Amino acid sequence: MHSDRASLKLKIAAAAGLLFLHLPILLIFVYAFTTEEKSFQWPPPGYTLKWFAATWDRPDVWEAMGLSLKVAAISTLLAMILGTLCAAAVSRTKFFGRESISLLVILPIALPGVVTGIALRSAFSIAEVPFSTWTIVLGHATFCVVIVYNNAVARFRRTSGSLIEASMDLGANLFQTLRYVILPNIATALVVGGMLAFALSFDEVIVTTFTAGQQQTLPIWMLEELVRPRERPVTNVVAMVVVLVTLLPILGAYYLTRGTEAVAGQGK
Amino acid sequence: MPAVSFDHVSRHFGAVKAVDDVILDIAEGEFFAMLGPSGSGKTTCLRLIAGFERPTGGDIRIFGEPVADLPPYKRQVNTVFQDYALFPHLNVRDNVAYGLMIAGRGKRERHAEAEAALEMVRLGGYGSRKPSELSGGQRQRVALARALVNKPRVLLLDEPLGALDLKLREQMQEELKTLQRQLGITFVFVTHDQGEALSMADRVAVFNEGKIIQVGSPEDIYFRPEVPFVADFVGSSNVLPEALVARLTGETCPAAIRPERLRLASEGPLKARVTGLSFLGLSTRVSFEAEGTRLTALLPQDVARPREGDEVALSWAAEDLHLMRAGQRAGA
Repeated sequence: MHSDRASLKLKIAAAAGLLFLHLPILLIFVYAFTTEEKSFQWPPPGYTLKWFAATWDRPDVWEAMGLSLKVAAISTLLAMILGTLCAAAVSRTKFFGRESISLLVILPIALPGVVTGIALRSAFSIAEVPFSTWTIVLGHATFCVVIVYNNAVARFRRTSGSLIEASMDLGANLFQTLRYVILPNIATALVVGGMLAFALSFDEVIVTTFTAGQQQTLPIWMLEELVRPRERPVTNVVAMVVVLVTLLPILGAYYLTRGTEAVAGQGK
Repeated sequence: MPAVSFDHVSRHFGAVKAVDDVILDIAEGEFFAMLGPSGSGKTTCLRLIAGFERPTGGDIRIFGEPVADLPPYKRQVNTVFQDYALFPHLNVRDNVAYGLMIAGRGKRERHAEAEAALEMVRLGGYGSRKPSELSGGQRQRVALARALVNKPRVLLLDEPLGALDLKLREQMQEELKTLQRQLGITFVFVTHDQGEALSMADRVAVFNEGKIIQVGSPEDIYFRPEVPFVADFVGSSNVLPEALVARLTGETCPAAIRPERLRLASEGPLKARVTGLSFLGLSTRVSFEAEGTRLTALLPQDVARPREGDEVALSWAAEDLHLMRAGQRAGA
């Protein structure tokens, strides 16, 4: 029995799957407006906007948010520079150990975060590095570099190498070639890689737990907040903000990579 | 003063001698072809002129100026790449104007010049299209315009017609030749297609294994090959081995004879057996085996055709047997 239309059972199963994935997120949004603050009671006894004001007035939220944004921004910037350079080296030149380097760069994202976290923590304590924003940034950079690298290497592979030679042939030096040919051709890949890296860094918990010490990034702050009984919906308000802050770059990345299947510079 | 001169130039990649001790002068205003099988060093020679490769030995001069230490962007040469290498993020006009933009020319001026260059390659009005919207032949013309708009003193073309279909290729051969005459610029082009080299170039250099085997006019290369490799590679001449030539003429060197100059005869110096026939329209190609050597003849249609397996005699006019005395040393 073959048919182009999905059967009713399949439709129900698909709907149930999607609900299972997304209903909890909707619940979080709903609880951001509840009037009851101690337990998550269903249905909410009433609706209010006061938790938005309460969140606004909490300095610890602002502190955690600030730290998270700072860490995400710095690790993304670092990843964009290192990841692009590494991708350029791997895809443009041949050298001894090139395949191994490519594997080693990708490895951190395959390793469980706990392993990366413990490894970094013991490294920091052996080297007697005190915990700071920079230790978190270092932890996040391990996986952010991979994201940017993967995006950039794919684009470099699809960009014909003779474009760079053509540019230099037409009188452009290295800097002009970078500005007028290389960057425009890899720009979307870089932006997409950066957005994904930012989103990943912004809500990372595991590696952060091991590298943050006493500092609280936003996701860590939320974990701590859940065990406290006071002003619970504040957490939900923050969760909503986190969803929006991470969703927007991911959507942006999706729209930017659509319709770029054609190979750049392959002019035959 | 030659436009380009190679003085004992080598480019070795480790043990691989891509270009090996090449000596060559290309005259100003010449249409010069570098012909050879793939891996023979012709493209590396072109890249040495463009500056994408540095010689590992010897001296390259462009209009008398030593260029070994000059990067590509400081040389007065421009290249038409095999894959055209048009910038995908720029439209056709900005592609053509790229060199002028880098040279710091104003927008209006460079757009006008780009438009004129596009007119020259008969693509006027295509300026605002993207390269991806053009056909292969059109991209080829854009690549040509993009190089020529910079008024190079030498234009390098790397297998410029390789990606085009047969009809377009023949048309572009004519156009390139006309364009070169009009502009008077030195053209150096690389090809593995002997027909293309012979029909377009003023002079041809035949490459093999990193060395230039013979340089000469298309007629020289075609009718007077100096070594068996040239006879065989350029237009598939019959090569008679030294022993056979010694018996026939008393000379101790290999010889070449063109397929269209071999004749069937009742009596002749060489006995041969027919091993195959193919009808080509204007003529019939007949393959023979004679004393262990494979030979081909092109017979006009008004001559009686032999059958496969026939024992025949071959003859030729004495002046058509071209002795390759240089081939004694160079080998087959």
